[in-house]
Amino acid sequence: MYIIVVGGGKVGYYLAKELVVEEHEVLVIEGNAARCALIAEELGDVVMEGDGCEVSTLEKAGMGRADMVIAVTGDDEDNLAVCQVAKHKFAVPRTVARINNPKNELIFKKLGIDTTVSATAVILAHIEQELPTHPLIPLMTLKGGGLEIVEVKVPADAQVVGKSIREILLPHQSLITLIVGEDGSPRLPTGDTIIQAGDEVVAVTMLESEGALRAALTGSDGAPPEQSP
Amino acid sequence: MKVIIMGCGRVGAELAALLHREGHDVTIMDMAASAFTFLPDDFGGTKLVGNGIDQDVLRRAGIEEADAFISATRGDNRNAMACQIAQHIFGVPRVVSRIFDPIREEMYRGLGIRTINPTRVQSNLLKEVLEREDPESVPSAGPADAQTGGESP
Repeated sequence: MYIIVVGGGKVGYYLAKELVVEEHEVLVIEGNAARCALIAEELGDVVMEGDGCEVSTLEKAGMGRADMVIAVTGDDEDNLAVCQVAKHKFAVPRTVARINNPKNELIFKKLGIDTTVSATAVILAHIEQELPTHPLIPLMTLKGGGLEIVEVKVPADAQVVGKSIREILLPHQSLITLIVGEDGSPRLPTGDTIIQAGDEVVAVTMLESEGALRAALTGSDGAPPEQSP
Repeated sequence: MKVIIMGCGRVGAELAALLHREGHDVTIMDMAASAFTFLPDDFGGTKLVGNGIDQDVLRRAGIEEADAFISATRGDNRNAMACQIAQHIFGVPRVVSRIFDPIREEMYRGLGIRTINPTRVQSNLLKEVLEREDPESVPSAGPADAQTGGESP
């Protein structure tokens, strides 16, 4: 595959290094001449100096035949512009963007960027996993379509406790794919599987149905759960 | 009309003062508080220090009630991203972005953002001035000189 990496900082450098090892054709585009020299010294002739948002630079880089563009600069606005130019000017089949502010994920998705990676969000998710107050943890986003895999911990007072999966009303395009009991044993869910208190439910859902899914699996009988947007 | 302007450079400040004088509810944002010195002393709108591509900051600026959003920072990518957030996340009815790079401007226009390309507008104006037979007659700055791209709001 021909992969263009925009941004030759630490992320871009190590990414390019791995991709070279995997025998991909790689080109790193970086604006800083000193950084370029460093990368060239370490990885060889895989770097080009220039502004990765500038169409003329990208033309020179052969963006038109790239299979994938990965934008990993430290600025979300630049990563977005790189991916939008790659998509709309060069019809690159797959665009990946690094996101620094996790709240930007939604706009990237809405604008059709195929994959987004947010270190902040990943670290947050790891922390939240340790906290009982966050019952829904996004595990990963899937290619296109706004689908993601999430994990939901079922609290003891949830109304789904004791019910079979068939009886639970899940939001549109949500699917329970795995249940891990409190003792750590996994169960492959069928319609007859009974949800127990403390179960960790791994589900596939649409980004916008996250709130509804959490409500369905964690809401208690008393007050109807609030559906967060 | 409630208007949010991102970027308090010469253009942002001038526009903010103009709209405020006409009685609009204007909020102007910039990353640096020092930029607000471009505003006239009698500017009575709201000044907000913050990053215009941060949705929390935009909410603080009142984007949920805004009728219009204008991005006029020096960065094309920043302008385009802020406008796309205003349009697609907050549904602001009128969104205009300044984009210096003519190629990217054309692309964003194609994606439904209303754009102003100062590079093209200014070079056309300068060319027009050059080609005028009477060197004394200079076009007056007014709405007739503004060239906006894109028809969708």
